[in-house]
Amino acid sequence: MSLEFLLGGTILISLLFYAVLGGADYGGGVWDLLASGKSVKTQRKIISEAMGPVWEANHVWLILVVVALFTAFPAAFARLSLVFHIPLTVALFGIVLRGCAFTFRHYHGHGDGHAADEMEWRWGRVFAVASLITPLVLGVVVGGIYSGRATSDVGFVYGWFGAFPVSVGIFVLCLFAYVAATYLTIESDGHPEAQEAFRRRALWSGAATMVAGGVVLLAGETSGISNGRTGVSVWAVRGVTLVVALAGLLQVKKRHFQASRVLAVLEVALIFAGWGAAQYPYLIPPDISIYSAAAPVGTLRALTVALAAGAVVLFPSFYYLFYVFKREPVSQSKHYGR
Amino acid sequence: MSDLLAARSQMAMSLMFHIVFAVAGMAMPLMMVIAEWRWLGSGDETYLVLAKKWAQGTAILFAAGAVSGTVLSFELGLLWPKFMQFAGAIIGMPFSLEGFAFFAEAIFLGVYFYGWDKVSPRIHLLAGVVVAVSGLLSGIFVVIANAWMNAPAGFQMQNGVAIHVDPIAAMLNPGTLGQTTHMAIAAYASVGFAVCGIHAFLLLRRPGNLFHLHALKIALWVGGIAAVLQPFSGDMLARMVAKNQPAKLAAFEGQFKTEAHAPLRIGGLASERDKSTHYALEIPGGLSWMIYGSTDATVTGLDRFPEQDWPAVPIVHMSFQVMVGSGFAMMAVALAGLWFGRKPSELAKRRWMLKLLVAASPLGFLALEAGWIVTEVGRQPWIVYNVLRTSEAVTPMHGMIVPFASFTALYVFLGIVVAVLLIRQMRQSV
Ligand code: HDD
Ligand code: HEM
Ligand code: HEM
Repeated sequence: MSLEFLLGGTILISLLFYAVLGGADYGGGVWDLLASGKSVKTQRKIISEAMGPVWEANHVWLILVVVALFTAFPAAFARLSLVFHIPLTVALFGIVLRGCAFTFRHYHGHGDGHAADEMEWRWGRVFAVASLITPLVLGVVVGGIYSGRATSDVGFVYGWFGAFPVSVGIFVLCLFAYVAATYLTIESDGHPEAQEAFRRRALWSGAATMVAGGVVLLAGETSGISNGRTGVSVWAVRGVTLVVALAGLLQVKKRHFQASRVLAVLEVALIFAGWGAAQYPYLIPPDISIYSAAAPVGTLRALTVALAAGAVVLFPSFYYLFYVFKREPVSQSKHYGR
Repeated sequence: MSDLLAARSQMAMSLMFHIVFAVAGMAMPLMMVIAEWRWLGSGDETYLVLAKKWAQGTAILFAAGAVSGTVLSFELGLLWPKFMQFAGAIIGMPFSLEGFAFFAEAIFLGVYFYGWDKVSPRIHLLAGVVVAVSGLLSGIFVVIANAWMNAPAGFQMQNGVAIHVDPIAAMLNPGTLGQTTHMAIAAYASVGFAVCGIHAFLLLRRPGNLFHLHALKIALWVGGIAAVLQPFSGDMLARMVAKNQPAKLAAFEGQFKTEAHAPLRIGGLASERDKSTHYALEIPGGLSWMIYGSTDATVTGLDRFPEQDWPAVPIVHMSFQVMVGSGFAMMAVALAGLWFGRKPSELAKRRWMLKLLVAASPLGFLALEAGWIVTEVGRQPWIVYNVLRTSEAVTPMHGMIVPFASFTALYVFLGIVVAVLLIRQMRQSV
């Protein structure tokens, strides 16, 4: 296995972690926006308490992706920064507003009286809307990369402005919302009303994800974007993804929430595997591959060692974080309700 | 405004915003940990309340630091794609290591903020220590990258491409030791002084309040020790700059002519048009002595460099004076504070001392921002000193004024909100 392959794979896996952890935090914001029914307050509270201790750590996966990318494949980072300047800038706005509003809501809402409630409500809106826009735009960037339009002379708009990238954006949004809903069914254990609300949302967002995914595949195959890039193995991965997605929905329906969470994560992982396989060895088709963009071998070696050493510290720490805060659903911790 | 100027301004604005929160993320955890440790040791509940109060404020600052830092990592590419294409392979390493420091920081900050009644007190304190250490490390790693821009090492240039890239040698560049030390001390000095001033102000209003007295004591120790050390590390750094970037040093000092017996200029206005520095208090031979240990030594002036390669001398000179002036003022205040603060209750009775601490509280942040302007503007027109020009590295994108204006508006808004929230927190305090 070449270092290029190893590092490219590590970056893809880090992005996968960002999707199943950070992505779920965006999904949480979407469900905050769409909260309705009698248990609205409980729903929002569960979302907020589920995210509180972990969202900043989850967010760091994105930073790891960026820094590893510009260290190992600087030419790819430069191309991305050029072609996707506009959507990335919008995503940054979303990231800033989402993170700040989430925190401000908590502290502005402290204290009593109508004014505090009012502020809490406003920041809640900012948080929720930013959580909706950011994954959409990040998805558009992924769609633009996959579509093979991001060549060096494409300018600043054509690379991402089109039906295919936008359909990927919608797909990513649905996917994150689905993943979040499956987590929230578990977090809301003991609150039947809220749990039922999240279960319904998991069902229809899961279905929406499958439809959007179908549209993406169809658009990709018919417009020639995937031309020649999708061999048998890619179709095999896609087939398995479909089975897993259906199984996940079935488990949600049957209220086997632990199982549905695992299947949702597996679904995302398979989608990433399919994406990686369809694009291999290109980071940015048609011309930037893990080999053509790679840094000199000394850098690749040093980075591999650093990532390996970092992982030894990182995974136990992450395990501990989730052990402390995710052992029991937020609705049942003694912290809840203070 | 040209696109290049807009890009430079956006970078400057983003960094000057981020650094405020970054230093809080480096220094506040240390002070929280000291307070919590004192609580565990003495059983005095006031310390526990203090640790919790500080943690609440830090949570707000940390969120702003994390998101503005994310913006910066993308901006390196969005604004300077050719810089990253060239430098990513050489200097990506410290950024990658920084990534792991961020992980440790964010994970254990989650445990610290939300885990008061979920983990044992010892583990809680330990989580705080991890946050303090990883905050310091993330600051050090990113400044290593900056030191490399000032004193590039670890590669050779051949026909415009870097060969023989050695990322470890790049990290150990000649600027690293001096800059990281100076930056780490600056973080504790600036945050320590700011916090000290806040609690001194509240003590003036509520004399004898134990909460603010404890807070003042911790902040004074952290900020005071750092402020006393800072001029020494600054002196070391200046010598390093004289060796690696003589044009920058000449700009600091408003030294236009290459001369022996170069005077040390205190204050003054540098004028590029007259090629001289006016109204400065001059100590004859002072600069030669500071750098080379002999008043006869020759100091390289700006005349040795083509004029188009000069940085904006008046800005660099002025900012340098502001930093050094603040630095010595802080050192004096810190010495007085630490002397009278041997018994904190005595300190609190001297109202003039408290007023002095209030007056000195913005100096650290002033020096911090001024120091970065010295470093960054002083490096111009180079983004990587003597290797790559800023104008060659900038994005070809047009209309850069749009992102600059929007990010500025966003950050001004966020800055105001953070200030309002922190003031509310303080109002609600004991
Ligand atoms: C609390 C903040 C603070 C204080 C009191 C001082 N500085 Fe400073 N200085 C910084 C905060 C800072 C900084 C913002 O952190 C910089 C910018 C880059 C760096 O590494 O540190 C800096 C840069 C910086 C540089 C430029 C390094 C370069 O361009 O590579 C020099 C020569 C000095 N300082 C020297 C001094 C001296 C002689 C001081 C005497 C009192 C002093 N500083 C006080
Ligand atoms: C947080 C503290 C910092 C502040 C306040 C700061 C300030 C500034 C300022 C004022 C400029 C504009 C200079 C000009 O164009 O005249 C600038 C440029 C820049 N800085 Fe910094 N800087 C900081 C730290 C860093 C660090 C740690 C790095 C990199 C690792 C960095 C990388 C850059 C780059 C790439 C530019 C743009 C190119 C250039 O103008 O040279 N800065 N910074
Ligand atoms: C001297 C300059 C800088 C220092 C001392 C510094 C330090 C820090 C620290 C301590 C944090 C932790 C967050 C907090 O406590 O608020 C942080 C956050 C961050 N910084 Fe900086 N930083 C500097 C400049 C930069 C630059 C130039 C970049 C980008 C290239 C950057 C990228 C980041 C990122 C991505 C985060 C977010 C990490 C998280 O989510 O926890 N920083 N920085």
